Amino acid sequence: MSQPDVLALREYLGPELKGRTISDARHVISLTDILGYSCLIGRYRELSGRSVLLATSGQLQSALAMIELDGVARRMLLCPPDLDPDHIEGLLADAEIDAIVTDRPLHRCDDGAHLVVGAGLPERPGAGWKTERATEWLMLTSGTSGPPKIVGHTLDGLAGAIIADGAARYQNATWATFYDIRRYGGLQIFLRAVIGGGSMVLSEPKEATVDHVARLRAGGVTHISGTPSHWRKLLMSSAVADFSPRYVRLSGEIADQAVLDGLARAFPQASIGHAYASTEAGVGFAVNDGREGFPADLVGQNRDGVEMKVVDGSLRIRSHRTARSYVGTGAPQLTDAEGFVDTGDLVELRDERYYFVGRRTGIINIGGLKVHPEEVETVINRHESVRMSRARSRRSPITGAIVVADIVLADGTDAGRHETIRTEILSRCNDALAAYKVPAVIRFVERLDLTAGGKLTRADA
Amino acid sequence: MSVKLRIFSAMQQIAEEQKVTLPPLRDDLALQDTGFDSLAFAILVARLEDDLGFDPFTIAEDAAFPSTVGEFIRAYENVPA
Repeated sequence: MSQPDVLALREYLGPELKGRTISDARHVISLTDILGYSCLIGRYRELSGRSVLLATSGQLQSALAMIELDGVARRMLLCPPDLDPDHIEGLLADAEIDAIVTDRPLHRCDDGAHLVVGAGLPERPGAGWKTERATEWLMLTSGTSGPPKIVGHTLDGLAGAIIADGAARYQNATWATFYDIRRYGGLQIFLRAVIGGGSMVLSEPKEATVDHVARLRAGGVTHISGTPSHWRKLLMSSAVADFSPRYVRLSGEIADQAVLDGLARAFPQASIGHAYASTEAGVGFAVNDGREGFPADLVGQNRDGVEMKVVDGSLRIRSHRTARSYVGTGAPQLTDAEGFVDTGDLVELRDERYYFVGRRTGIINIGGLKVHPEEVETVINRHESVRMSRARSRRSPITGAIVVADIVLADGTDAGRHETIRTEILSRCNDALAAYKVPAVIRFVERLDLTAGGKLTRADA
Repeated sequence: MSVKLRIFSAMQQIAEEQKVTLPPLRDDLALQDTGFDSLAFAILVARLEDDLGFDPFTIAEDAAFPSTVGEFIRAYENVPA
């Protein structure tokens, strides 16, 4: 059964555009003639109409399998590398998975109940797939506690922001992201590369920054995306001096003025934008004026069909780019009765501009008073010697909790200046914040860890 | 530096940051007359925990919070370091 109205990824990959590639640290694969080859091994012809788990060790095999199976499989569940094996069984049942595409030996799932197909490089003749259906794209939420939720998207919704931007603008772009493409933020960049007619350089887990930047340069990367934490880490590295992208994008965390200014100094020739997106709410908007926050007139109905409102301080989004639903038995409602997704991201209106203040779930309670760790970090990050900071809660026998801050200083900061810097930061916090929000203790640390999704690790995230 | 001097030094530092004028510190000074509010004491206890390695008010679950500077100091002196 052919559905000519349904667009799948293969429709954006043809022989017309020459020189397109997708690469990781080991392989460079041509996208120009990708449709003539298959990366699947074994009984792959039986995957049509199946609900498929993509569980590959690297991003490249997943990328190739997505290209091959979009429009063919009923569902594709993208399995990120950090998934807790204890959660797999439940996810397979909830997503009604009946086939697994993998390059790894299977321990838990090889019970004969699933069709298992191998994934490799596109070295075999193409299967000649035709687009038969709108495949459901299933992704996992990245919360740190409990099993992840399965979020269902369509390619149409996932690509909404890309099409609205005018995908053809990016024909000569080579995209990269610090994210893994099996998470929402990374998938957006992969889709921009494929749908926009460009190329892509994938990230590698645990690769040293200097090696990663060398690959970005060798691959001719022009457009690149990451979280503010990813970018702060890159700005700490001397490797940044040799890299000159045309477009720098931030998403996934609050982009404060300090990181936007830092990027503008490091990449004077680049345009710098921060986007608001989440796995559930999809891409809300992008801001390209170099300032933190977003213009108040984005709230309401905007021209791309994204509607936003602020209720009880939190941003709510309704659009065709939001996920369709959570998938699985007993899954909660994703949207309210009117179709809005509550993002849980809290905003504050000041002078015709909204500013993100933090996550509803991340609030620190100091004797009944609320503190968003992000508002404290924003003040600390303005100090010129600070590269990254994390405010967090520490228990107190007196007020229940107090705010403390862990700070990474810029490379080459003289240890003899630590006390002066500590005093300066405390003094600025005292000027800018209510007393209970000022960190009681400041600790200078060598590094701050990021989650698999590239966000600052928070105990309560 | 003795525990007492460390406590006094931390209190003076916090008083400076919080723009509080500390009266002369004596053992019989009531804590409520120091000018410190509960937040200032929370900061003090956290910093002393980092400096001395313990927090006597969390260790002893049923310990009553002291009411004078002298009792506050003794809470720290009475915990084996």
